[in-house]
Amino acid sequence: MQKTSVFKKQKPFRLPGFSFTLGFSIFYISLLILLPLSMLLLNVTQLSLSEFWQIISDPRAISSYKLTIGSALIAALINVIFGTLIAWVLVRYDFPGKSIMDGIVDLPFALPTAVAGITLSSIYAQNGWIGQFFDFKIAFTPIGIMIALTFIGLPFVVRTLQPVLESFKKEEEEASASLGATRFQTIYRVILPTCIPAILTGFTLAFARALGEYGSVVFIAGNMPFKTEITPLLIMTKLEQYDYIGATAIAFVMLVFSFVFLFSMNCIQWLLQRKKLQGGRA
Amino acid sequence: MSIQLSKVEKHFGNYHALRDISLAVEAGELIALLGPSGSGKTSLLRIIAGLESLDSGEILFDDTNVLTLSAKQRNIGFVFQHYALFNHMTVAENIAYGLKVRTRKNRPSKQQIEEKVAELLQLVKLDHLATRYPTQLSGGQRQRVALARALAVEPKVLLLDEPFGALDAKVRKDLRRWLRNLHNDFPITSIFVTHDQEEALDVADRIVIMNEGKIEQIGTPTEVYEHPASPFVYNFLGNVNLFKGRLHQGTLQNGDFSLQLPGYEEVQIEETVGYTRPHDLLISKQKIPDTVTALVTHIHPIGAVVHLELNRIDTNEFLEVEIPQEYFRNLEITKGETVYIKPKQMKVFVEDYVI
Repeated sequence: MQKTSVFKKQKPFRLPGFSFTLGFSIFYISLLILLPLSMLLLNVTQLSLSEFWQIISDPRAISSYKLTIGSALIAALINVIFGTLIAWVLVRYDFPGKSIMDGIVDLPFALPTAVAGITLSSIYAQNGWIGQFFDFKIAFTPIGIMIALTFIGLPFVVRTLQPVLESFKKEEEEASASLGATRFQTIYRVILPTCIPAILTGFTLAFARALGEYGSVVFIAGNMPFKTEITPLLIMTKLEQYDYIGATAIAFVMLVFSFVFLFSMNCIQWLLQRKKLQGGRA
Repeated sequence: MSIQLSKVEKHFGNYHALRDISLAVEAGELIALLGPSGSGKTSLLRIIAGLESLDSGEILFDDTNVLTLSAKQRNIGFVFQHYALFNHMTVAENIAYGLKVRTRKNRPSKQQIEEKVAELLQLVKLDHLATRYPTQLSGGQRQRVALARALAVEPKVLLLDEPFGALDAKVRKDLRRWLRNLHNDFPITSIFVTHDQEEALDVADRIVIMNEGKIEQIGTPTEVYEHPASPFVYNFLGNVNLFKGRLHQGTLQNGDFSLQLPGYEEVQIEETVGYTRPHDLLISKQKIPDTVTALVTHIHPIGAVVHLELNRIDTNEFLEVEIPQEYFRNLEITKGETVYIKPKQMKVFVEDYVI
């Protein structure tokens, strides 16, 4: 008995520096992320529950949630489809101007969002370069919002997928072909499943970014309450009216939604991983 | 299915990878493509598989020209050096893949696929690992899954690209025995690429030795080992000692010693090389005429054979000798001692010097 207790006391080996680096990481995250968030929480607690509910369930707020989440979702899905295609082209083909195209993908990251918003709204306005070809309005409608959100979200999918596609072994494709699979079957059954985790991550990042996007959207949205007013703008409007508490209440809703979304995406990734590990125990 | 290659040529840019390759493989044969890296053996295998195109030449499978057929249509099984398993599929799903991707008309029923997978899992002795993922298996297990996957589509030809190259020595030996037995039970025409002479000699019915994109020799393991067709083959298959010298009236004159070479009486060459295997050298502690004097510089006893490294006194060249353990003990040779060496047999390649 004594012997086992001696063994139990033995500490498992850790890389040196664990307590210092972990301590610093916790401090850093607290200072940078948790402190401002707890401030938000503290502000919200100044409201009574019914007041809080009244603010966040206001029809104008609700329609802004729907618009923000809906357009962010559609934009992220569009980015998944075309971002995957662009990543594929950039990794798999050699063509003149490839490195330029590769660089351009990052521009939405670097461009000030206001510049993007102004440019997009002038292009898609009814007398703009592209807008003039359409019978319906694009700028100053939800479609315009989606275009702006698609624009800023593109690099996330491309950049997360690129390294995965690059590390994909040619041999697996050849094995698939030698086993009699068509090119489509190889892509659909072998390449795409390998990319799913990266695509999910890209989708998560693009969607999360679109949820919080403000700068580029305000210019193209038109900002009509109940029609084209996104939640970040609603928060901004409340702030301008010195309604700090109301703004924080709405912000809190967005925060909870983002957290739940990111958390569930992580759960999905974790489940995908776990499925692999469980297979081994059977 | 028999395979017939004629006059296959392949360039990669400026690099002439394959030169005038002609080869006939009989149905049910197990052939080794043996050669150093860069000799074109893998390119040749990939061309047969249809994974690579050729510049000119013909490939016939059973008298049918397959040049216009893609890898998918050639009905081959291909095993890669690094397994190339699908990591997101279980072992069973990997094996079933080739059957599942068939068009509905040719696809076996779900139950038939399951039976086939179970049968193959048993064949490769991995039935207990059917639900595992490839990343959870050892290298040897993965390669067996890859083999089962290739066999699932019932290929007419099995092509293996350095199938044991990434495995450690012990597993490698087990697996190649297993492949040999498998081939005895299911004689599918098989070609495997290797750079390991021992592996080729051990497993193959016939060996194709390649060098710099050309075929140097084709023959059974005994033929190529005992009657090498070129200095390259002699060098490549096992260790060898070189005796440079003048060949005149059937006598090779080399440094201080000369050797009668029966069968070479008609030839006269000023500069030639005699080749002798380390186990074809006679070693003695007493001086006898026509021997080479050498110093023992190293002694490595490995199992039943003792390897001696010697330094020739006359030319300062290096010699390798292999003698049985028992003989070594009787001789009582020690390091630093002077010994006398005489080749029991020697091979001279005359053709190379005729030009």
